Amino acid sequence: MEISGSLNAIGYGLSAIGGGIGVGLVFAAFIQGVARQPEAQRVLQPLAFMGLAFTEALAILGLVFAFVWKL
Amino acid sequence: MIALALPTAAEGGTFTPPGLEDLHLPDILPWGAEYGTGFGKQMLLVILTVVLVSWFLVAASRRRAMVPGKFQFLGEWTYTFVRNSIGRDMLGEREFKKYTPLLVSLFLFVLLSNMMGSIPFLQIPTTSHVGTAYALAGIVYVYWIYLGFKTHGVKYFKVSVVPSGVPKAFLIPVVLIEIVSTFLVRPMTHSLRLFATMLSGHMIIALTGAAMAYMFTSLGQWWGYPLGSLIFIGGLAMFLFEIFIQVLQAYVFTLLTAVYIQTSISDAH
Repeated sequence: MEISGSLNAIGYGLSAIGGGIGVGLVFAAFIQGVARQPEAQRVLQPLAFMGLAFTEALAILGLVFAFVWKL
Repeated sequence: MIALALPTAAEGGTFTPPGLEDLHLPDILPWGAEYGTGFGKQMLLVILTVVLVSWFLVAASRRRAMVPGKFQFLGEWTYTFVRNSIGRDMLGEREFKKYTPLLVSLFLFVLLSNMMGSIPFLQIPTTSHVGTAYALAGIVYVYWIYLGFKTHGVKYFKVSVVPSGVPKAFLIPVVLIEIVSTFLVRPMTHSLRLFATMLSGHMIIALTGAAMAYMFTSLGQWWGYPLGSLIFIGGLAMFLFEIFIQVLQAYVFTLLTAVYIQTSISDAH
């Protein structure tokens, strides 16, 4: 059996695992915080999106490198 | 949906999924084409975006009334949203007024640039070309470094890379990591986040469109029609999701701009 194609897609998939788990953790904490203290939502929301932005950096790098580095 | 389409597409043998090359549209200006004028559809859309944003802001604030009409309300709501939920929450009560114009214009420009991907016949987000994202993030990068030097003077080198409360033994690796993460990774991810999400969204829409067209027109089997309809439903869902992502990314881009400005004007690291 012969499999052909680019390994880059698999690499991107691997790099998305960490980012996916991290984003899940960030929003789980955000939802928990809001559920415990609903009036804190305005304070927590930008923080949650900031956490999202920092966490997905690696997955984004993975996507870009998957396109850029043709091996 | 796409996973359903791929095996049959490979069976037909003629289906080629759209690739990165399809994003590089031919130049519009004919002369000097052998050197590459670089003036393609995306450049035209950038100019259109600037014109539309300026028109929107000027027109929404031209006839100011005590009781705002619908249009003035839209303008004021956008402005207030950026000023309060991004500027004031991130930069603090004392500082946010100075940076509100930058944040509002960045937000509107990025939002409309992204939205170009969902407007029929325009259908390509200008930020899906990496040059646009580099330019935007570059402006912000230069600006927050300038602000850091303006606030701290030469001490900014120390303030930006030496975190407080680190034991002396760990200082060298921590400072190295801080230099890389602050001055290299930060502008890179700031621009690439916007570019990559827009690019992948555009590719997904293009892929569902191409797969659907292939299923309906050139497959030649009866089951191409139900399969194509399924792809259409999935593509429509992705299209709506894409609109959400476009708004979210404009918000995140502006939010991060505010965060970077805040880190360089604040005292402690």
